[in-house]
Amino acid sequence: MSETSDRSREFDAIVEAYERSGGDPSALLDGRFASLVVSGNKVLSSNSVPGVVLEGQETETGVRAYVKVEPGTKVPFPVHLCFGVLPQEGLQEIISEFEVGEGAKVKFLAHCFFPNATNVRHIMDSRVHVGQGAEMEYSETHFHGRRGGTEVVPRTQVEVEAGGRFRNQFKLVTGRVGRLDIDLEARLMERAVCDLEVKVYGKEDDEINVKESVYLDGEGARGLVRSRIVVTEEARSEVLGEIVGNAPFTRGHVDCVEIVQGERAKAKALPLLQVSDPTAKLTHEAAIGSVDKRQVQTLMARGLSEEEAVDVIVEGLLK
Amino acid sequence: MLQIQDLSLNLDNKPILRNINLSIHRGEIHSILGANGTGKTSLAYVLMGLYRPTSGRIMFEGEDITELPVHERAKRGITLAWQEPARFEGLTVGEYLRLSRERGGGSISPERCLEMVGLTPFLYLGRAVDGTLSGGERKRIELASVLAMEPKLAILDEPDSGIDAPSLDHVVNVIRTLAKGGSSVLLITHHEQIAEIADRATCLCAGMVLKTTNPQDIVRFFRNHCRECLHINRPEEELVRNI
Repeated sequence: MSETSDRSREFDAIVEAYERSGGDPSALLDGRFASLVVSGNKVLSSNSVPGVVLEGQETETGVRAYVKVEPGTKVPFPVHLCFGVLPQEGLQEIISEFEVGEGAKVKFLAHCFFPNATNVRHIMDSRVHVGQGAEMEYSETHFHGRRGGTEVVPRTQVEVEAGGRFRNQFKLVTGRVGRLDIDLEARLMERAVCDLEVKVYGKEDDEINVKESVYLDGEGARGLVRSRIVVTEEARSEVLGEIVGNAPFTRGHVDCVEIVQGERAKAKALPLLQVSDPTAKLTHEAAIGSVDKRQVQTLMARGLSEEEAVDVIVEGLLK
Repeated sequence: MLQIQDLSLNLDNKPILRNINLSIHRGEIHSILGANGTGKTSLAYVLMGLYRPTSGRIMFEGEDITELPVHERAKRGITLAWQEPARFEGLTVGEYLRLSRERGGGSISPERCLEMVGLTPFLYLGRAVDGTLSGGERKRIELASVLAMEPKLAILDEPDSGIDAPSLDHVVNVIRTLAKGGSSVLLITHHEQIAEIADRATCLCAGMVLKTTNPQDIVRFFRNHCRECLHINRPEEELVRNI
């Protein structure tokens, strides 16, 4: 069997897994969409469009990716990124660099799937630079199998220049988490805005660690760190949401909700605010514990059982 | 349809409701008036199953429902609109109304329910039932969700509080629509005008029924004895003697 047909079969398998997990495979096949499809350490396809350069270079354990959006480019369609490991075991290290030029605007839809994992390690090491007045949105959704054998370790360093905007969403609510260890650090210059959101549903003995830090280094910079975590059975979660107001008139807010279902699940929330300028203003709210009783009662008064009511509430929270 | 028999409730060893006897007929709008803290909301919660009574019975369509949990009462056609309704992150108004309609077996569309409470469906169906809604909007959506259920008994805990004056007509219309459709409505209110739309009314004080009669007489009674009361939950002896 030739290597080309092997890759072709693997691409078909990835596209099928992508479709099964709710993705629209046409986006991976349509030339108008910039896309990068990686299976294990193989780049199965890479499509650049005018103003967007996508390069993937295979390494021994993964892929080194370079994504550049030219200054002033408003990318009309989302850029699709697919990272998957289909075998039960494997290591995938994605080392990536995102450069969004001045005044550009782009949205990335990243899908990561490990449907058969019993021992898969997925490491993301990303550097993101959002230029002056540029806007970047990065939405990453994970689809895991039910065996819990996945370890996901995203490490992200973000720099947002003056007037730039960066929005990051991470969602892992389908299948078992396994072990998740997010570490994101963003530095914002004058009037830059950053919005981080994490949604995770932990089951059985899943382990969830989230650390997100936003440094408001430029005057008038604003940051929001939001997390919504649900843990059931023996799952554990620890969330550290940190904002540091280093410059005048910076504003930040940490908003953390963790729901614990069952007696053995455990959750910990650590909002951390630091201010080194007297005009900076940072706030936080953290709610941790069982599902709100009034919400459950309201849905029960509409005819749902207690279990059904909790499901509706959790589903909404993680939507 | 609903018979409340010798119903008492103690919370933290304090009497909240005392020997309440009250009947609500099918299709009847029954107002409950009383000063703050006289047991109106507690009565609503006991009827919905949120509080378990210390003694007494609740009969609904001939069945003793005193021990039934909340959702079993809802399945039998009882529902409650809270005075301060809960908010739900990620649940849209459309989903909330559809869920209420499906579980309650109602036939009125979510769009129509919103129109009836004075909210434009196009603007609200896709919005979340969360903190982005104002207090008044959330209350009207709660009323719409009760309407969507088309319940046999709607317990409305101050549906008119926090609602702007022009929207009160919508609240009244919804209550009348429910009753026309055969629902009984237990209407807890402070608004004398709203109380007067009822077929009968009851005045509560100290967790006791002081009087049940036509709403005009109860409103007059409330105005004379309760509205500017300086001894809440310590009713005049003469009134208690007449119970």
